[in-house]
Amino acid sequence: MRRVKDIIQSRMSRRSLLAGTAATAIVAATGAVTPTFADEANTTGLAVTDDTVQVGILHSVTGTMAISETGSVQAEKLAIEQINAMGGVLGRKIEYIQEDGASDWPTFAEKAKKLLVNDKVAAVFGCWTSASRKAVLPVFEQYNGMLYYPTFYEGLEQSPNVIYTGQEATQQIIAGIDWVAEEKGAKSFYLLGSDYIWPRTSNKIARKHIEKLGHKVVGEEYYPLGHTQFNSVINKIKLKKPDVIYAIVVGGSNVAFYKQLKAAGIDMTKEKPLLLTISVTEDEIRGIGGENIDGAYAAMKYFQSLENDNNIEFVKAFKEMWGDDVVIGDVTQAAYLGPWLWKAAVEKAGSFDIDKVRLASPGIELATAPEGYVRVHENHHLWSKTRIGLAKPDGQYELIYETADLMEPDPFPEGYQ
Amino acid sequence: MFADYTWTELGSIFAMQGFAGLILFSVFVLMALGLAIIFGQMGVINMAHGEFMILGAYVTYLCSNFVEAHFPALFGIYFFFAMALAFVAAGALGALVEWSLIRHLYKRPLDTLLATWGLSLILQQAYRSIFGAREVGVSLPNWLLGSVPLTDIIEIPINGIFVMVLTFVIAIGVYFILFRSRMGMQTRAVVQNRVMAGAVGINTQKVDRNTFALGCGIAGIAGSAFTMIGSTGPTAGQLYIVDTFLIVVFGGAASLLGTIASSFAISQAQSTMEFFLSGSMAKVLTLLTVVGILMLRPQGLFSLKIRR
Repeated sequence: MRRVKDIIQSRMSRRSLLAGTAATAIVAATGAVTPTFADEANTTGLAVTDDTVQVGILHSVTGTMAISETGSVQAEKLAIEQINAMGGVLGRKIEYIQEDGASDWPTFAEKAKKLLVNDKVAAVFGCWTSASRKAVLPVFEQYNGMLYYPTFYEGLEQSPNVIYTGQEATQQIIAGIDWVAEEKGAKSFYLLGSDYIWPRTSNKIARKHIEKLGHKVVGEEYYPLGHTQFNSVINKIKLKKPDVIYAIVVGGSNVAFYKQLKAAGIDMTKEKPLLLTISVTEDEIRGIGGENIDGAYAAMKYFQSLENDNNIEFVKAFKEMWGDDVVIGDVTQAAYLGPWLWKAAVEKAGSFDIDKVRLASPGIELATAPEGYVRVHENHHLWSKTRIGLAKPDGQYELIYETADLMEPDPFPEGYQ
Repeated sequence: MFADYTWTELGSIFAMQGFAGLILFSVFVLMALGLAIIFGQMGVINMAHGEFMILGAYVTYLCSNFVEAHFPALFGIYFFFAMALAFVAAGALGALVEWSLIRHLYKRPLDTLLATWGLSLILQQAYRSIFGAREVGVSLPNWLLGSVPLTDIIEIPINGIFVMVLTFVIAIGVYFILFRSRMGMQTRAVVQNRVMAGAVGINTQKVDRNTFALGCGIAGIAGSAFTMIGSTGPTAGQLYIVDTFLIVVFGGAASLLGTIASSFAISQAQSTMEFFLSGSMAKVLTLLTVVGILMLRPQGLFSLKIRR
């Protein structure tokens, strides 16, 4: 065991030395270095030839979820194109096979099986809702595939066959609540969400944390998915006068909620009450309209407006590929990390073999992530910073705060289940 | 629950809550009227009703972009043109659908359900291909945003007032078309006895087409108005369809008065319960009540008494 590790480390040091000297030289260098691994990489039974490797993209491009998943597909294609332009993975060009989950969970499972069994893809980038992930999970575990899942989600899951590139609930929630409590002096919270697993689990974690800080939850409510009338709950919020509305409303309901909030005279820029959400990315603001959500705060790990060099490059490349009027939300960025993390793991393992990639994954670092530095945890989630953004009328978030350190992913928080 | 509040606060909140109920009532009437006309007068179950509404919403979206780009001076009033255009567009599509699809299925009412459901899927994908999968934001003139503050707590949403007035106007309009015009008389004659109506020289096919187009057109107006309070996306129509059917069936299929009465009952029950209970529970109780009443009274609240 130790010997294997030593070998990997020696390879790694050679690799990182190369990376250190000149980033641009890698394009030329990868071609020269990788053929030494060629035989090893080819014995996996996967769809790998001497110069190509096939991967799957599995998202909904039709049906209700297409609205959310389109950005992820675009990001994954961009990452694949960039990796290919740099010489591919282990000297092989990535080819993708795209399947449509059609917003239907059994279809996701069926397509996942097709990708793994018929196409023998080396990795799959896909799924968006927890329901679709839960549907494909048994397939990935049975046929030993590798899934890179981009969405922030409720946690309570850790599969050897999945790398979770979005944040799990505690990362997103705890930092956000700490921030409003400390910076804004918030003492009372009104929790509101759409009625399914993610908002309910998230609010459970939020409530526990709020009470731990010694503050109060004055209301907690759920509305069916697709609910379009929020006037009654807005009246209730007015009556209870909380310091913070903590909103996890999703989908079409989101648009109705924010439009009606504004129409009811709650001006979020006055922060009385302040609104903190974990479910509205720049993508959703497009439908809501920037003027309707002006002044709300969001807690997540990425905003399109982040001003670091990685992100400026990323936004530029994304717009070049998909047009100037696209917006990039948290999940889109997380989806972009998938192919890069996979590439790094494959190169560390020196093989496309799923088991070797899995072993190589923990500890993988990505210094080029648009959100900044990320690292894969033993539990297959990412160490990442949590940020607070303030929604502006132009539909972008302005970065207000970011955690000093990377937040440790903790998919099974004690006492929260 | 109310112990900590003063009487003024409570009074204000109840006033606001009453107003919220009225807005919900208007929204329900507006979305159900078109369906009630088609279902009630023709017996066609139009599963694509929501998509006709969204057509209206997209027309409004295009209008707002066009006016903003070319006639910014008119932006304040574009919404009225948009609604008229939405009516025409949805009505025209309705007439086309009736001609190409529905009229072949009048003798097979259950098949219209499948056919219009298929139509709704086709329309959804068409919107997705044309406008993209993401929701679009419809920009509204400033006077339609925000609220009128009456007191510290009572604030009346302007778009709510707008929807109420619009619903009132449309309901009156529909009343005149159906009960005070020649077209309405013919429509009612066809509903009561199709064969006899044909025998006395009424062109029943034309009546059917006009009725279907009228219903779809009103759906288009509703969709246009709902850009103020809801989302505009390829599948947004699905958000309304269940409530809409609930109202029409509960009210009694063939009665417009029934539709209005059931909108009122359901909206008041829903908004009161939402205030005292949580959102999902309110919905469950509303549905249970409606199911209970329909078991006792399968024909709905009001029914047309005619000899068959």
